[in-house]
Amino acid sequence: MSVTTTSSGRLKRRTEGASPLGSWLLAGPMTLVLAIFLVIPILMLIVVSFLDYNSVQILWSFVIQNYIDALSSGTTYKTFAVTIEYAVITWLITVTVGFWIAYFLAFEVRSTTWQMALFLLCSVPFLTSNIIRTISWIPALGRNGIVNTLLLHLHVIHQPLTFLLYSKFAIILAFVHLDTLFMITPIFNSMMRIDRTLIEAARDNGAGFWRTISNVILPLSKSGIGIGTIFVITLVMGDFVSVSIMGGGQSASVGIMIQNEISLLQYPAAAANSVILLAIVLIMVFLILRVIDIRKEL
Amino acid sequence: MTKTPSLPRRALLKGTAAVVGAAVGSGAITGFPMIWAQNIKNITLRQFGTGVSNLNAIADRCKAETGITLQMTAMDTDAAAQRAVTQPHSYDIADIEYFTVKKVFPTGVLQPLDIKKIKYYDDIVPLFKTGKVTPTASVGQGTAPCRVSYVEGASSTKFAPAPTEWMTLIPTIYNADTLGIRPDLVGKPIKNWRELVDPAFKGKAAIINIPSIGIMDAAMTIESLGMMKYGDKGNMTKPEIDKTIAFLIQQKKAGQFRAFWKSFEESVDLMSSGEVVIQSMWSPAVTAVRSKGIPCVFQPLEEGYRGWGGGLGIAKHLTGLERDAAYEYINWYLSGWTGAYLNRQGYYSAVLTTAQKFMSPNEWGYWMEGKAATAPIMSPEGAQIAKIGDLRDGGSYYDRIGHIACWNSVMDQDRYLIQKWNEFSVA
Repeated sequence: MSVTTTSSGRLKRRTEGASPLGSWLLAGPMTLVLAIFLVIPILMLIVVSFLDYNSVQILWSFVIQNYIDALSSGTTYKTFAVTIEYAVITWLITVTVGFWIAYFLAFEVRSTTWQMALFLLCSVPFLTSNIIRTISWIPALGRNGIVNTLLLHLHVIHQPLTFLLYSKFAIILAFVHLDTLFMITPIFNSMMRIDRTLIEAARDNGAGFWRTISNVILPLSKSGIGIGTIFVITLVMGDFVSVSIMGGGQSASVGIMIQNEISLLQYPAAAANSVILLAIVLIMVFLILRVIDIRKEL
Repeated sequence: MTKTPSLPRRALLKGTAAVVGAAVGSGAITGFPMIWAQNIKNITLRQFGTGVSNLNAIADRCKAETGITLQMTAMDTDAAAQRAVTQPHSYDIADIEYFTVKKVFPTGVLQPLDIKKIKYYDDIVPLFKTGKVTPTASVGQGTAPCRVSYVEGASSTKFAPAPTEWMTLIPTIYNADTLGIRPDLVGKPIKNWRELVDPAFKGKAAIINIPSIGIMDAAMTIESLGMMKYGDKGNMTKPEIDKTIAFLIQQKKAGQFRAFWKSFEESVDLMSSGEVVIQSMWSPAVTAVRSKGIPCVFQPLEEGYRGWGGGLGIAKHLTGLERDAAYEYINWYLSGWTGAYLNRQGYYSAVLTTAQKFMSPNEWGYWMEGKAATAPIMSPEGAQIAKIGDLRDGGSYYDRIGHIACWNSVMDQDRYLIQKWNEFSVA
């Protein structure tokens, strides 16, 4: 095989390209995994979304009724609107919080040891399942929860605040809590790659703090922000657990809509909604990639 | 331990298993649990079902008495229905609810059960046969168990309107559900379903978030308010669904509901934390709140109860010795110990005569006859549920089961119902 460790060998490979067999072997396992666990299931999903069904089972006849049902119903649009709203609000908060935490870790913390220690600290909550992390908000935010009890004791409020739990506020809070790390990590990663001399050069040329941020750090962190954005948007768009728990079942999301359909064995309807959701998320990701060249990161 | 017989004996049994199995399978030997028990020592049956009856205590007892190993998987109602239909080879025994049967059985994943092999068939309460608890009682609207109890033949998937020799499920458990309340926080007597939407409980009410069941609680409330009379609450027409959902949306927008719950635990937490003071609830959830020392009542209401029932079905793929073991397990299930266990949790057993033998007269009086407890009433886990002199909420078996206004259902318009329920979710 042409994979050698000498420098000349490396040079040879780079100029002539890898042997076709070698690259097939390298790409093979991943291709197989993706084909079996991603491509085939998605193809099945698309096929099922075009099948008819009755109240008992799927019928093998091709129909587009599932899409007509979904796209002609105001409920679908409203549900997608609500879900996108969650995604946008969560994104705005996580990108702001994530950017400044990453900035602090990358530029304010000088020692690498502390940088890594603090970064690991950010990931500590991820040692438990995200359902447990979501549920653990309930005793804190409930009518007789920790926050209300504290505020009542301090005489800040005289009636328990009910908007804290089972509300849009609670849902966004849980999303921010769950997803901020997915923003911090890629932004921190891109910031660590920024050449420090660029920042010195900016200062020497008279740029203040905000000027340095907006003209140097922000543009150079763009790829990290892009990756973080993709993570957060896809996580929020596909969620049904957090919305269900924190919204107390009173709020909708596309995920919950699909789950409701599955619960009555209406798989084709659920599949159609899943395909629509997939298309919308892919369009969002495509738009993000148009704005930000993520390849810079890789 | 009796669980591990000596090796030579087991080897011997293995050798004879085929012969005995054939004899048993041919129906030559029936009603000899001892022979069965030796024969099926090594058989494992995979069972799934809802959390209410998939209990380790039952599996342990079954192992000790019959030798059959039960692998139990507990899941929520919706997931159980999906498992039944979509993964028919992943289980041997389906422990499912009757309203699910209406959807599951026609798909052909379960086999009809031969009533001749059911030892206590004659003792099964009439609720599952004719549907009438007492000769004068009415059957109740919706998917009453008797409407989906029988099929027309040994390989049929068509429901029979009257008892035949082939059952879809062998009934095991059922109950009459109503609203749960916090008597210390509601501040007035609760007698009707309409109290669920009383403005006094604004932001402190909850309903169940399983569409087919939640809409029935809403329907009970609407009828109680006198706003509308349904033809059949368990099988609504499109206009009826429209009106019911419109009512729910109006209540939701007014802020009446604190939450919609989906699992047993959620309903317990909502009630015990005081987030909610009145909500749809299940009987053991009330017991769970009470065993925390928090007052909670499963409040009987004038309009009646919403009933549900469950039972054991056998997967289509089960044959031979394994099927015999499944029948043996079902016969054991009905033989009393489990029935008493379920009765003590506030459910009802399908065969009352055998369950009674495993309960003390005090327990039987409290749970079944509506009598005051003469000694403290304990849960199967050993927590005290009632003290001397306490009465069961709703009274006797006949007072409760005889007043079921409608049963958990699958509606003909369920496709439409889901669309409308999603509309309610997003409102």
